[in-house]
Amino acid sequence: MSIHTSVADLKVIVFQLKGKEYAIPVSQVRSIEKLQHITRVPGTVPFVKGVINLRGVVTPIIDLRSRFELEEAEHSDTTRTIIVALEDMEVGLIVDSANDVIDIPADNIEPQPDVVGTVEAEYINGVAKLEKRLLILINLEKVLNPDQLKESTGAEG
Amino acid sequence: MDMNQYLEVFIEESKEHLQTCNEQLLELEKNPLDLKIVNEIFRSAHTLKGMSATMGYEDLANLTHKMENVLDAIRNEKISVTSEVFDVLFEAVDHLEEMVMSIAEGGDGKRDVAKVVNQLLLIEKGESPVNVAASSEVSAAVAVLANESGLKSIYDEFELTVLEQSKEQGFESYEISVSLREDCLLKAARVFMVFEVLEKVGEVIKSNPPAEQLEEEQFDSAFHVTIVTRESADDIQKKILKVSEVETVEVHTISLNEIRSSLNNDSEQQAPEVSNIVHPAVPETKKLAEPEAAKKTSTSKQSSSKTIRVNIERLDILMNLFEELVIDRGRLEQISRELNNQELHETVERMSRISGDLQTIILNMRMVPVETVFNRFPKMVRQLARDLNKKINLEIIGAETELDRTVIDEIGDPLVHLLRNAIDHGVETPEVRKASGKDEEGTVVLKAYHSGNHVFIEIEEDGAGISRERVLKKAISKGIISEQAAASLPDRQVYELIFASGFSTAEKISDVSGRGVGLDVVKSTIESLGGTVSVDSKEGTGSIFSIQLPLTLSIISVMLVEIQKEKFAIPLSSIIETAIVKREEILNAHNQKVIDFRGKVVPLLFLKDIFKVPVYQDDDEYYSVVIVRKGDKMAGLVVDSFIGQQEIVLKGLGNYLNSVFAISGATILGDGQVALIVDCNALIK
Repeated sequence: MSIHTSVADLKVIVFQLKGKEYAIPVSQVRSIEKLQHITRVPGTVPFVKGVINLRGVVTPIIDLRSRFELEEAEHSDTTRTIIVALEDMEVGLIVDSANDVIDIPADNIEPQPDVVGTVEAEYINGVAKLEKRLLILINLEKVLNPDQLKESTGAEG
Repeated sequence: MDMNQYLEVFIEESKEHLQTCNEQLLELEKNPLDLKIVNEIFRSAHTLKGMSATMGYEDLANLTHKMENVLDAIRNEKISVTSEVFDVLFEAVDHLEEMVMSIAEGGDGKRDVAKVVNQLLLIEKGESPVNVAASSEVSAAVAVLANESGLKSIYDEFELTVLEQSKEQGFESYEISVSLREDCLLKAARVFMVFEVLEKVGEVIKSNPPAEQLEEEQFDSAFHVTIVTRESADDIQKKILKVSEVETVEVHTISLNEIRSSLNNDSEQQAPEVSNIVHPAVPETKKLAEPEAAKKTSTSKQSSSKTIRVNIERLDILMNLFEELVIDRGRLEQISRELNNQELHETVERMSRISGDLQTIILNMRMVPVETVFNRFPKMVRQLARDLNKKINLEIIGAETELDRTVIDEIGDPLVHLLRNAIDHGVETPEVRKASGKDEEGTVVLKAYHSGNHVFIEIEEDGAGISRERVLKKAISKGIISEQAAASLPDRQVYELIFASGFSTAEKISDVSGRGVGLDVVKSTIESLGGTVSVDSKEGTGSIFSIQLPLTLSIISVMLVEIQKEKFAIPLSSIIETAIVKREEILNAHNQKVIDFRGKVVPLLFLKDIFKVPVYQDDDEYYSVVIVRKGDKMAGLVVDSFIGQQEIVLKGLGNYLNSVFAISGATILGDGQVALIVDCNALIK
């Protein structure tokens, strides 16, 4: 760790979705897994792909593309599952690829621009500018909001 | 001294002693003249006092001490036991429980108990009505007990022969009664020191209680040793008195002839021996005789089963590790089938059998008698009956029935609710009961028993029963059921309505039950445990609530089935049987496909459609059907093929997906994939 790193720095995992770069604080990430067999769970919202056996723990899996209402893509060699933990929930997020851990200086984080009208806007905590990269910071609480899960299932059933 | 390491033991033991106090107090209330019971309570209170004083919980020790004084007065017939005395004693025990709970939760165990202490002091001074008749009978009882004080130990033939032979060789036999000081902390150590002294002077023939119990401190404060020695009684006594914390020592010479004659004379089991009390003992002796008599009965009651305390966490870890093993076992079985190697086959088979045995043992280790839940009910019922001015006799049957600890932990509240319900709404007031020609005292039976893979708990009461009209009226007014549907509903289904959410029959909300949480909570709690609850009733003669619970929650037997490319597990507990049905045999009733199964019309549920399984291939000529049941209703689940029966470890779907329709959980199969467990109860309406 460099001496310049101040306390306010944010260490994040960077991942890609449809060409854009997103970030989740490492504190919320448990592990990054390769894609494995997913058991479909019937009667759930479309973005819940099912459950996997994560070393003996049955873990639900969300397709983040589908969650952000982007078109779904075929899974490839680079596709990863990021296991995140929020309070007592552990959930896997399918992303196109994940390969970077970066320290973001606090000064570089800006609130999200209000111009965005797409769905993903409500799950965004802010954006971070790093040299020429633009990282979108994810708000996990919103992404994993169980209320949304219930509403959708309720409408379906 | 750092007491933390003892804290856990202290809390556990305190709870046990308080439980004993509670139970015995209730017992005493039934037989107020039985001094043995008073002694039991006294001993528990005494131990509790000692422990809490050692641990530095002064308030606890103080209150116990006051309670002990009252108990002492009772057993010395200074005061008689009236219902006021009971109330105060119960209250004192309540306070003690609160204190122990506060300590368990990390508090300091302090509590304002001045009122109870005062009441106890008043009772102790005898400032409550004394029942003369009762006390005279009590004194008679004491006289009987006192008779036994002469000879403390009973000798068998072998011991007598030893005594006789040593007598011939010029040894003298003595029976020595040693009592330790009440505040003695290391009783076992003192016992050891006394024995060391005795072994130097002669040979120890017998001790009462036996040496093992002495080592474990399972005695009050006095014990008896028989020795043969050449030394004089006087010397022995002096030597023993040198051991610190010994209060009194009595040395009796044993007269063999008298033991013989008393042995021969069966009618007088224990003739009081004319003992030569070498040193007229300190005035305490007379008192000691009595707990002694009680101790004899209680030690004989204590079975010699050896147990150890194990932290429940360790058991949980063991269970988790074993679950992993079960998953790997499944994997091994699968690999061995695929490889088709004879030797591997045999080894895996053997391992499966052993792990099967292991599973039984581990599951049994987690079994706890329902007693641990039931034992708080008598007091609760007593209190309730008093509050409601009803007369209730609670009968508990099958308290020894065992259930998995996880189930035990959850079942308490629903049972409390049902019991309160039975007493508040079920049993009528004595006046009403009398008017309808019933015994004034209502009976509530709490019964637990095993049957197959389930445990049943029933709460039956001989009260007013459930009124069909009132239930229907209420259900209709709450919009739970339509008027047309209500008319044709059979009685049992009407009674089931009281479990519907938003239903509460109590016309006025009483303090006892109906605090906003209805029977629907009971139902959902029990169903979340994989159990069911049902009710039956006869107006005027009472109702019965019965709960069916699985023996264990974590490992269950399932039938694995395949639907297209997906695997599902159906719990064996809800399967009646499997069948292969030809396409032509399927009949249509309205929009529902049904089959004729052993003369019954059973609706078919196509899991493929219910679970929206992606279809890769078309239907067969034949359907594989799993017939499942919920209560007395049946349904046939149509699947593609049966894979087989398997033991699986039940796992949740994670907190994110906590309520999925018709899926009760998941498990990990031998190949490492997750299979979902079908919730048949949700499928059958």
